[in-house]
Amino acid sequence: MQDYYYFYLTKLRTIFDIAMRMFYHLGRYTLFLKKVFGKPEKHAIFIRQIVREIDKLGIDSLGIVVIISAFMGAVITLQTAYGIDLPIIPRYTVGFAARDSILLEFSSTIVGLILAGKVGSNIASEIGTMRVTEQIDALEIMGVNPANYLVLPKVIAFITFIPFLVIISMGIGITGGFVAGSLTGEVPSPEYIYGIQYAFQPFYVVYALIKAVVFGFIIATISAYYGYYVQGGALEVGKASTKAVVSSSIQILLFNLILTQLLLA
Amino acid sequence: MIETIDVHKSFDGKEILKGISTVFEKGKTNLIIGQSGSGKTVLLKSLVGLHEVSSGDIQYDGRSFKGLDDAQKKLLRQDIGMLFQGSALFDSLTVEENVRFPLDMFTNWSEEERRERANFCIERVKLENANAKFPSEISGGMQKRVAIARAIALNPKYLFCDEPNSGLDPRTSIVIDELIHEITHEFQMTTIVNTHDMNSVMGIGEKIIFIYEGNKLWEGTSDDVLHVQNKKLEDFIFASPLFKKIRENNK
Repeated sequence: MQDYYYFYLTKLRTIFDIAMRMFYHLGRYTLFLKKVFGKPEKHAIFIRQIVREIDKLGIDSLGIVVIISAFMGAVITLQTAYGIDLPIIPRYTVGFAARDSILLEFSSTIVGLILAGKVGSNIASEIGTMRVTEQIDALEIMGVNPANYLVLPKVIAFITFIPFLVIISMGIGITGGFVAGSLTGEVPSPEYIYGIQYAFQPFYVVYALIKAVVFGFIIATISAYYGYYVQGGALEVGKASTKAVVSSSIQILLFNLILTQLLLA
Repeated sequence: MIETIDVHKSFDGKEILKGISTVFEKGKTNLIIGQSGSGKTVLLKSLVGLHEVSSGDIQYDGRSFKGLDDAQKKLLRQDIGMLFQGSALFDSLTVEENVRFPLDMFTNWSEEERRERANFCIERVKLENANAKFPSEISGGMQKRVAIARAIALNPKYLFCDEPNSGLDPRTSIVIDELIHEITHEFQMTTIVNTHDMNSVMGIGEKIIFIYEGNKLWEGTSDDVLHVQNKKLEDFIFASPLFKKIRENNK
């Protein structure tokens, strides 16, 4: 009987510790955001930083987004085509289904998860390295708000550029499906083109773009948060980078659910 | 002048600084010495405001750091230059951009004036022809010199140096020490150097404070330090075979 109580007490204690740790991070993250969204020191420097970050975080991500979108579009189209065997279902349904899958889920959520890996680890490791090499302390001593100077340009650059990445991903994904369908002969070109225009809902694009902006904010701020509070050396920077990717990915999935319910219900 | 009054600092209940009271004088190279783990870096970081003291006060020319609001603290920080142990240069910026950084952030000078000031500081630390290089392309000693140039760019009243000689060969260490000493006198700054290098102590220590387990055990000058009757300070100073030999020869 005693062992039974002990077992449940230990479990309760673990749950309590996890909850407390979660509240601790939530509180510190909120305070961190307050620091980030301060007034920039010099506007000319701030604008220059944003342009640099657009190049580093946005343009540099174009390659991976294009490659993944092309292949995913092709695979979605072929899987749908192979899944629809009944002759009474017209072939243009494949184009229709592929378009909706790409617009609703793939181009925002999957690309968001991929960018959480690429951009998130980049931000966390860059800021983390600056922390452990005392560059952030140097900024603080000079009287610069390091969170504002380092993180705000990244957040603005990324949430500005991520909608473009998502739109590019949509175009490439649908094109990838078209090429795969035509080359394999599974979906004739006219049927696919008719399918992607059939019952088109422009709001789906808006929905994907809203999700993209939210995911961009999550990726940039959570990754910066983990990098900013690193303590130790290279090993801890690596760990922070991993935590940033895992945590942003989980938040993307959670907010994907919330936004879907809010926007499509 | 910087004065510390009964400064205490604890981390997670563990007291690191146990009531440090002293005065760091203007126009002098003030040295904080002590073994690793004695609390030197915590004291230095408390002095520059990177750590908030648990109790006690730090006064910059009579102004209490605690009593300042955020805007006043920001202004005070522009009077502070700091040389970090690892230089802390911004990797993505060139030597000139690093030195210009505080000028770009805090002055309304023209492009020409900022470039002129940056070049003056770079030349002052004898680093001509390195303007376009990145920190990763220059040696450790050169990085320290760039960090000094950046620290003095805004003509600060207070200069803090955290182990400026760590990782440098003895000859480069002397160059850095002399540079710190020269600019302290040239610009009449209050300079505080955190070190456990006895060559620095003997070379540039105009006022020396010895910290042991968070307490100030002794203060004096480099002339006194070799003749002090304090077991812990003696153990620290004469730890190296070279200084042991000097003591034996003196006897």
